[in-house]
Amino acid sequence: MTVTRAAADTLSVLDRPNSYIGKTVPRPNLDRLLQGRGQYVSDLELPRMVHAVFLRSPYAHARIVAIDADAARRMSGVIAIVTGRELEAVITPWVGVLLHLKGLKSAPQHAIAVDRVCWQGEAVAAVVATSRAAAEDAMEQIAVDYEELEAVTNMRTALDPATPVIHASLGDNLAFERTLDAGDVDHALSESEVVEAEFVFGRHTGVTLEPRAVVADWNAAEARLTIYQGTQAPHMVQNIAALHLGLREAQVRVVCKDVGGSFGIKVHIYADEMATYALSKLLRRPVKFVADRIESFNTDIHARDHRCRGRIGVRPDGTITAFEIDDLTGIGPYSMYPRTSAIEANQVVNLVGGPYVTPNYRARARVVFQNKNVMCQYRAVGHPIACSVTEGLVDLAAAKIGMDPVEIRRRNLIADDGYPCASPSGMKFEQLSHHASLAKLLQMMDYDALRAEQAALRAQNVYRGIGIASFIEVTNPSAAFYGVGGAKISSQDGVAVRLDAQGSVICQTSITEQGQGSESLTAQIVGSVLGVSMDRVRVTLGDTDNTPYGGGTWASRGAGIGGEAALQAAKVLRRNILDVAAAILQSTPAGLDIVDNRIVNADDGVSRIELNELARIVYFRPDTLPPGIQPELMATRHFVPRQYPFAFTNGVQASWLEVDTETGFVTLLKHWVVEDCGTIINPQLVDEQIRGGVVQGLGAALFEKCVYDERGQLTNANMADYLVPMSGEMPDIEIGHVVSPTLESELGAKGAGEAGTAGAAAAVANAVNDALRPFGATITEIPLTPQVILTALGRI
Amino acid sequence: MKAAAFAYARATSVVNALELLAVHGDKAKVLSGGQSLMPAMNLRLLSPEIVVDIGGLAELRGIAMRGGVLVVGALTRHVDLLRSPEIALHAPLLRDAVSHVAHPAIRNRGTIGGSLAHADPASELPACVVALDATIVARGPTGERRIAATKFFKGIFETALSSDELLVAIEVPVTGQGSTFFFQEYARRHGDYAVVGLAALAVVAAGRFSDLRLGFFAVGDRPLLAAAAGKLVNACVNRGLLAEAAAALTNELDPPEDQQATAAMRRHLATVLLRRCVADLLARPELATGVTK
Repeated sequence: MTVTRAAADTLSVLDRPNSYIGKTVPRPNLDRLLQGRGQYVSDLELPRMVHAVFLRSPYAHARIVAIDADAARRMSGVIAIVTGRELEAVITPWVGVLLHLKGLKSAPQHAIAVDRVCWQGEAVAAVVATSRAAAEDAMEQIAVDYEELEAVTNMRTALDPATPVIHASLGDNLAFERTLDAGDVDHALSESEVVEAEFVFGRHTGVTLEPRAVVADWNAAEARLTIYQGTQAPHMVQNIAALHLGLREAQVRVVCKDVGGSFGIKVHIYADEMATYALSKLLRRPVKFVADRIESFNTDIHARDHRCRGRIGVRPDGTITAFEIDDLTGIGPYSMYPRTSAIEANQVVNLVGGPYVTPNYRARARVVFQNKNVMCQYRAVGHPIACSVTEGLVDLAAAKIGMDPVEIRRRNLIADDGYPCASPSGMKFEQLSHHASLAKLLQMMDYDALRAEQAALRAQNVYRGIGIASFIEVTNPSAAFYGVGGAKISSQDGVAVRLDAQGSVICQTSITEQGQGSESLTAQIVGSVLGVSMDRVRVTLGDTDNTPYGGGTWASRGAGIGGEAALQAAKVLRRNILDVAAAILQSTPAGLDIVDNRIVNADDGVSRIELNELARIVYFRPDTLPPGIQPELMATRHFVPRQYPFAFTNGVQASWLEVDTETGFVTLLKHWVVEDCGTIINPQLVDEQIRGGVVQGLGAALFEKCVYDERGQLTNANMADYLVPMSGEMPDIEIGHVVSPTLESELGAKGAGEAGTAGAAAAVANAVNDALRPFGATITEIPLTPQVILTALGRI
Repeated sequence: MKAAAFAYARATSVVNALELLAVHGDKAKVLSGGQSLMPAMNLRLLSPEIVVDIGGLAELRGIAMRGGVLVVGALTRHVDLLRSPEIALHAPLLRDAVSHVAHPAIRNRGTIGGSLAHADPASELPACVVALDATIVARGPTGERRIAATKFFKGIFETALSSDELLVAIEVPVTGQGSTFFFQEYARRHGDYAVVGLAALAVVAAGRFSDLRLGFFAVGDRPLLAAAAGKLVNACVNRGLLAEAAAALTNELDPPEDQQATAAMRRHLATVLLRRCVADLLARPELATGVTK
């Protein structure tokens, strides 16, 4: 690990004796999950609970002429069959736009379609029955008369005058457009070699292990709705459910215990979840909806459906003079609520060229409607597109001038002592470490030896390739992400910490846990700062009634924002404890410390009083405390980044792979990542975040794609035909770190959740092209299927 | 994804199973390992009125040598094929093929009889029994009949079995001296259905094939015993002859197009497999590569 900044002169709160910071410690929730005691919504049973299934449109675009549910209503076990028109009385429609995305437009979307369906899979009616099976039986008996309408499926023709407009009230199919022109691109390109390519990305999705699941329980006696849901943002769900059901937020409680994977899929508001809340209110009983796998493919947000034309200018000495992109993306018929479907394209514009000093940058991004499932933010929003385009262009430029891909990066990456600085798109960088990261990567992979091996194998008709991809990563978002656009999505988080009557610590945090280790990192920070062992720290999260208000866990914000709130809260509690201890011990707070669950002398470490004894006195014998002392053994602090809109991190990835040039199959041999997420709280959690992210990026590179036909039918909505990456095809993934803490928080942690996904596909694509260089073939399309590779090689 | 309601009967004997099939005809489905049937029912692609579970029939289990023939019971699971010393000794092609079938959890439940009766043209075992020149033993209300594997597969999910018959065993002739085999498939991920695969059995003497059976799969509506193999038997194989055989193979195939491959890609991959198979069986690596660069 390379530390690029000198440690402070004095020990920080993170370097105390018995600190858990920077150590791999087991996650406190592991036993619970491994012993089958996880609390997943899919498993939840409540008294009088009924099950909802949704009859979904088989057409991508159709008018609903009539729905005949009479036969279905009479079936055994059926409680209700509810259409969009009927549910409209309970829940209002929404429009997924935000003010800061100027010009973004969308149409009102209903919980269940009213009069018209706009994608294959949109719900047309809800069937509520005593079991899921009974509901599915009844669903088969509902007759819907559809009048099929022309479907808009090709994003390249979505804006043509001849193409039907999906929402007449919007005037056209353009949801959002952003342009950017920084420096002087035309001048730069006129004095450079120019390379151009069109990059094509497969639409894909998150495929969580546990599908989306919700139990909504309207308690008419209390006039309160309890929503049990696998979500990344409980307070956002609370706000929106209340808004559209005509309730005050205080009337809605959102409980989110264990979640079987999210990846950004579960940070949105889905129509069928809204319908489930409304059905519970309508029927005055608990209603459960768990998406099945086909529904997941048809309704979980998709992402990354982009075609991006890119140009790069380069001089013979390797200087990159300009980047230019023209990005087009199709988002389905609605902008998703409430985060909108313009963020991904917006991020692409923000991030292209980001690692490099090049000041000349022009971009256009257009976001169009189509009759396919909705697209929105999925892990590493926009990063894989921006990174693949940028790094693909850099490699093409290097090939054009005959320069090694590493050398061209060395000559153009922002210098490690060049911070703070800003990118041409206005992104502010506090402190990045591109060069230190690249140097570390080359050392880990033994770059020169690999190049020699590659050359030797080529003589034996074995074609291996090396691909490098530098990247920047958006983490710790401030209100600049959503709040400024009017979304009620908090960018601050809060943590409450209290000492119980036996000297243990109870900690409530507004960040959530979906497997990242939020619970662990919170306990590590609180335990370290307080001087309490981790087994005495109990963390509660995912309950709007019982945690402070906050954003939740998404956009790599949990550790950096929620972690800092935990640190600050623990510091206050520590001070409060020492105040009491000083009174009890007739000492001074400065003369005492808390180490290993007891109060000790700060100077010689001699033990003075156990924390449980202190707690006993405070809670049961306050009469023995000196007059005027009112102990406060609970403290709450909140944190939000204010100085930088985002805490950018950086890193670099490399892929080593072999292409069978006769069959087009790619074998991944090894993958390396060097990442700089600032302070590392738990190295194992960080490394596994990165590995998991890389695997999702490798899925995009080689396997994953939602295949639609020209009528807007998703033709591979199952686990046999939609290929997720599996362990058999994954290479060993080696991780290294450079540490540049953010100075905006005392903790210094940035995020690490997007890094792996951000650059993995770019590294693989560059490696495949490196392997194919002797054949003169260049591919700028993912997934890199055997069909694509054989076609590029002219074999078929 | 819940199956529609169905009746369930657990057969107590083969005779009992046949009685149940006789009563219910094509409204019944036989449940063996359930690895294809249950997903199809949960997806409501199949809604049988009754499921006849033969899982408890011990008489359909086991692998035994009987007079120069290896008899494999229909309920023999994939995992048993993978671990059986008899299979390793007398029909190692099956062992190699099974390691490509799905994943351990599925191999622990799936059976050879179920796989053959299901007759998915992209699956491994049907091509193997064709290459091995095996015989399928079926029992029906009127007794037992033997069907050559080459005549057993009739189309996608279609076999020579009638709805009142039960596949009870597979008889595999034991391979003799000089016999060798080859199994390879191209799949997007390990355990996926093959894009193209080849199960081959050969007799090689003095560097020549005296017999060569090439069972291609995922290239048509059923496993294909390639006639093109004939060009390579009792001949001195060189690049030219191999190219001729590849061209003949290409003409013989009428592969489907799906999301993994076009027909042209399947033809191409089949010829790559052919070359690699021949190079491997004759231990002549120089034959493996076709054109490069």
